[in-house]
Amino acid sequence: MNGDSAPILRTVDYTKVYDIPGGRLYAVDGVTIDVWPGEAVALVGESGSGKSTLARGILHLEQATSGEMYFKGEETTHMSEGKFRSLRRSVQMVFQDPKLSLNPRLSVRQTVTEPLRLHHIVPRNQLEKRFREVLDMVNLDIRLANRRRQELSGGQQQRVAIARAIATYPDFVVLDEPTSSLDMSVRVQIIELLRRLQRELGMAYLFITHDLSTVRTLCHRTIVMYLGRVMESGPTEDIFVNPKHPYTKALISAIPVPDPRVKKARIILTGEAPSPTRRIIGCPFASRCSYVMAACTEGAIPMFDVGAERRHQAACILYRDEQWHRRFEEETRALTSAIRDRQGPS
Amino acid sequence: MKAQSYAAAGKPMSGGDGGRSAAQGPLLRIEDLTIGYFGQDRDEPVRIIRNVDLTIDHNMIVGLVGESGSGKTQTARAILKLNTRPLQPLEGHIFMDGVDLLALTGEKLRAIRGDKVAMIFQDPRASLNPLMRIGDQLARIYALHQGISRAAAQAEAIEMLRRCGIAGPERVARSYPHQLSGGMCQRVMISLSLGMQPDLLIADEPTTGLDVTIQAQILELIQTAQRETGSSLLLITHDLGVVAEVCQRVAVMYAGRIVEFAPVDELFTHPRHPYAIHLLQASLALEAPEKAAETPASGYPAEASPSLELSVGQETYQASLESARDPDATAFMVEVSPGHLVLGTPVTVDQAVPSGFLSGQAGAKV
Repeated sequence: MNGDSAPILRTVDYTKVYDIPGGRLYAVDGVTIDVWPGEAVALVGESGSGKSTLARGILHLEQATSGEMYFKGEETTHMSEGKFRSLRRSVQMVFQDPKLSLNPRLSVRQTVTEPLRLHHIVPRNQLEKRFREVLDMVNLDIRLANRRRQELSGGQQQRVAIARAIATYPDFVVLDEPTSSLDMSVRVQIIELLRRLQRELGMAYLFITHDLSTVRTLCHRTIVMYLGRVMESGPTEDIFVNPKHPYTKALISAIPVPDPRVKKARIILTGEAPSPTRRIIGCPFASRCSYVMAACTEGAIPMFDVGAERRHQAACILYRDEQWHRRFEEETRALTSAIRDRQGPS
Repeated sequence: MKAQSYAAAGKPMSGGDGGRSAAQGPLLRIEDLTIGYFGQDRDEPVRIIRNVDLTIDHNMIVGLVGESGSGKTQTARAILKLNTRPLQPLEGHIFMDGVDLLALTGEKLRAIRGDKVAMIFQDPRASLNPLMRIGDQLARIYALHQGISRAAAQAEAIEMLRRCGIAGPERVARSYPHQLSGGMCQRVMISLSLGMQPDLLIADEPTTGLDVTIQAQILELIQTAQRETGSSLLLITHDLGVVAEVCQRVAVMYAGRIVEFAPVDELFTHPRHPYAIHLLQASLALEAPEKAAETPASGYPAEASPSLELSVGQETYQASLESARDPDATAFMVEVSPGHLVLGTPVTVDQAVPSGFLSGQAGAKV
């Protein structure tokens, strides 16, 4: 979306393996993604898909097993913690549960100004000015400045966490399920806030979630993960309206629609995800996929271009062969048109 | 998954629309239920659930929605007298087959629990005994409730697990809860409840915390079972998407009161209580796609960007919330159309939801 500028984040074959009793857990297995400046990217996937592990890797909270990660062109996986610290002001994070991510002993003022002091963002006499500025951005009343975490509502707590993250003028914010602990009406307000901040401040977001409803209003692009691999990536609308990978099709079709007049064609998956403790050869979705064929489990599946434009790609062997591709599209047409119908006026 | 037949199990059941659904009024009637506790001064109780009226007909799925703390769970638990102290029902009645469940104690209460009304809790792992194998837990309960031998109960347990779409039921029966995934534990809980063939199944957020593809499986399973046994279901959820897909009627709770109770189609097309309108619009605010303007082919109105602007006006909205919260509640339910009840003064909005806006997807969690 930014023409020829460089991505703010790029991972190349990023892999994180944990040694666990009885095997090795491939939490993230060869993930290659980019995030461009000013872009909001959703990273969606079910539990165990490796999305949080990847986020921890990006923030240098975990050592990579293999692969590379570039932040503004600088390789970070081999960087020392001391060296990475200088980057921390430009990459910030908002966690899922503000009750756990905010220090109960610190006031709102202390919480938000701490990173400003640590990173020497503003001179000492400007601290209060910047604090008020940031508080204003997240719509928090200055009268809450001396309150502590437990004296705030869930929505206010998350606003404080967001204020802390944006205080240092970051270029890139990782949001790890920032709304899943919140009620629906508060959730909408926080999404609205995040959306406005992103547009006004031009930060890039990596928005990690299993809540697909929050993705559509916030993110330009969506990356779908399953068992440590990227299954599909592309512009958010394309992913929602015209998903290509059989897994994404099932995922999108499984989302309940808050309209009783819409009757969905739904793919009900059978079985459960295989255990990730052994490395999966080929497609991790093969065991639950109705279109599985021998080639799916024979070797690594690359990403194939599946969209007419704008980097829509899917890691599915069906898109390797024009004939398979056509037959698959034919068979899932009913479903795809059902998904499309929902786009039109009811 | 779809081919299972629950009706084949044990005692005869009326299936589908036939049988008892035609008969004798509602299955369950909650009247003027108030739940609360006595504070330190012990004079005046604190009422957290106030004047709740709710009817559940035979062969029907009723949704109970609201945000956390609105009293959904406590209302449902009262049906089985499961409110934990200091909370207790203070006033009201819960009638089932002419019997007031709130008046039951001891053996009579135990005869209702499980046999007539069963409950699936939100966290399935927490409701299973971690030290017992799945098969033994199920068999023990079947033996107790159905008066069959332990061996017969074991066989029944495996059969029920199979019917609930569990592959390899023998292996699962030998497992302990910690060896199973969350989705699998929830299926075990469902087979446990269905095995007792209750007239009413209460499911308290049965899919919260599960992945969306697993959620779809579980909802499908619950619906199939409900259809085949003709029993009724009270489904507690905060997800209006789930309500729209599964339920026939829905009650919206706010601050311990039911503010609107209506057929699902009615609530989604003509919500009449400001809070219900707000909740619906909040769920739908997230539906609009990013950059709607760039995808005119999708048919969204150009200004469909998310907005929390209330079509009822801030003052009306706040007044309605205050009226619902008012401890000396004077507001009562008004029937605005057959079967559509609203607390206090119903409002009319031209378009609670712009047409075309609704038809997008999203709605819930993965």
